[in-house]
Amino acid sequence: MEYFDTFVSILGSAIRLSIPLLFTALAGLFSERAGIFDIGLEGKMLASAFAAACVAYWTGNAWAGLGAGILVSIIFSLLHGFASITNRGNQIVSGVALNFIAAGLTIVLGTAWFNQGGRTGQVPPEGRFSGIILPGADMMHDVPIIGPLYANVISGNNILTYIAFLMVPISWWVLYRTRFGLRLRAVGENPGAVDTAGVSVVWLRYRALIVTGFLAGFAGTYLSIAQSAAFINNMSAGKGYIALAALIFAKWKPVPVMFACLLFGFLDAFANFMQGKSLPMIGEVPVQIFQALPYILTCVLLAGFIGVARPPKAGGVAYTKER
Amino acid sequence: MSTASVPLPAWINYGVIPLLNLILAFFFSGLVVWAIGENPFEALNFLIQGALGRGDAIGFTLFYATSFIFTGLSVAVAFHAGLFNIGSEGQAYVGGLGAALVALSLDHYVPWYVTMPFAVVGAALFGAAWAFIPAWLQAKRGSHIVITTIMFNFIGAALMVYLLVNVFIVPGKMAPETRTFLPGGQLPKLDWLMALFGLKLGPAPFNVSFIIALIMCYLVWLLIWRTKLGYEMRTLGISPTAAVYAGIPYVRTVIIAMLISGGLAGMMSLNAVMGASARLQVEFVAGAGFVGIAVSLMGRSHPVGIILAAILFGILYQGGADLSFEMPNITRDMIVVIQGLVIFFAGALEYMLRPAMVRLYQTARGK
Repeated sequence: MEYFDTFVSILGSAIRLSIPLLFTALAGLFSERAGIFDIGLEGKMLASAFAAACVAYWTGNAWAGLGAGILVSIIFSLLHGFASITNRGNQIVSGVALNFIAAGLTIVLGTAWFNQGGRTGQVPPEGRFSGIILPGADMMHDVPIIGPLYANVISGNNILTYIAFLMVPISWWVLYRTRFGLRLRAVGENPGAVDTAGVSVVWLRYRALIVTGFLAGFAGTYLSIAQSAAFINNMSAGKGYIALAALIFAKWKPVPVMFACLLFGFLDAFANFMQGKSLPMIGEVPVQIFQALPYILTCVLLAGFIGVARPPKAGGVAYTKER
Repeated sequence: MSTASVPLPAWINYGVIPLLNLILAFFFSGLVVWAIGENPFEALNFLIQGALGRGDAIGFTLFYATSFIFTGLSVAVAFHAGLFNIGSEGQAYVGGLGAALVALSLDHYVPWYVTMPFAVVGAALFGAAWAFIPAWLQAKRGSHIVITTIMFNFIGAALMVYLLVNVFIVPGKMAPETRTFLPGGQLPKLDWLMALFGLKLGPAPFNVSFIIALIMCYLVWLLIWRTKLGYEMRTLGISPTAAVYAGIPYVRTVIIAMLISGGLAGMMSLNAVMGASARLQVEFVAGAGFVGIAVSLMGRSHPVGIILAAILFGILYQGGADLSFEMPNITRDMIVVIQGLVIFFAGALEYMLRPAMVRLYQTARGK
């Protein structure tokens, strides 16, 4: 029973750690399926986390914070679009640049505005997204197995967590069941065909990037005003890249993206749990192995050892109309 | 009419447009400084004073520039072969392991000039080794090199932290770092070079690796523009299909290009590990690998351009440190913003001004 309780607590923490990954990976899904590589997910997450924390601190309203996070993230997305769609610049270079701008700007502005070495002020409780106790969580507590799972894993999360999981079927529906999604996937495979059909490649890709910005805004907001109560220097700490890894690991498909994010979140939670503990038979496992595991797994996948990961065909290539 | 195919003279392509892009980047950096309530011109003054005002300031500037030359060359070599190596950061980090192993095993027995060649080889070998798997995956398995090198940056960071915390740490010390190398494992400072210009180096760690970096610039120039391999790499970079059609072996060329790229990145550790701190530390690369991307873009992947761009970024790094001291409101991270803006304007938006320049050039010629 004791083992079970530990397991439940790891699972709960895995869910919490996978939410920013899930939002970000879904964000990346839209831009990459439209043929725009987005290395800048990390930067969008960081910038929106900062914006959300600032606005939530000033207004004391979590939803205003979320709005600001989304807005800033969309602005970053549009800059990426301006460089890589309108000016046909290198998408990787643009993403790298925006990551730097986000990393630097958040600290520069944060220090200038709050004078706490890059931290923003402590966001008041009403400016945060706090956990929601689902009905019946207390009653269920005594039910074996299902009770603790319901109380600690399913209930008690903040609203953004539920939105994240809701976004998975919505993303699937948008991508596979709407005209916009069909065209979006087509533009990532063969923009020439989409253009011939009389649909604007440029406008379609911009719309895909707006969706990307919108979803990444949730991820940043989650980091700063749901998971913690302030923006801290470089608080995304490479999560944007793990999300990118999850996206590839899931072979650019929405439902597998969710499982990949949960897996990577679980690894993270497990690493935290294992810190300083030793496994029977094996002894102490270095934390670094768990930290590196998402990246190693992704490389193994990319190497074609676990099925084939086929990226969108037109990814990374700017579309030139004349030719 | 399209302006994309109109040829422009080299002085516009390689002179005017990069310069305008740079000015745009600095203009927006100035806006940021102005937005947080400081005077951008005053800030610029502090920055330049702090980077070039005194002998030790110049020493620090050139010390940073040395690292950036190595990483800039690393990115450039891969770029010529059409590969975007984002992994210079990780390759430099793991390269540090090679340099440190050589220094730790030789510093008791031989003077620095005996250690140095082994350290160069060690750093390059380890850096190249870290580039090998992504290169192989790209060449053989078709996995995107950008993604795999990013992954390898993180894997490398985890590996190095593990090694420093569990293997190399000095017993009884808290800091995860190796023991300090004896003089036999250090690269000496270039006091005499500075003294030639009547400058005092002071505490600045400007060292012999600067000369190694310059030699590497020459060798890279030779490689890219004067050897068969370089020709093959450039062909591959411009058109992979044409290269394959011409009988250039794709797998071999990609792997060799990445090994050279990784080796150059690894050599960056000579400067930081053996030249400055005389020990292997956690996170010693400190973003130099990413600066290499900016340097390579600014320098148009040419060694001369890379030296100039590396010095520019050296000025930013050193001057930025001084600036944050003079204007506490502007933190050191302002240079990260400037760096990002430079990459954005000089790299991602490199074609933005081109149509306007073509029109200007045509009207000027038409008269």
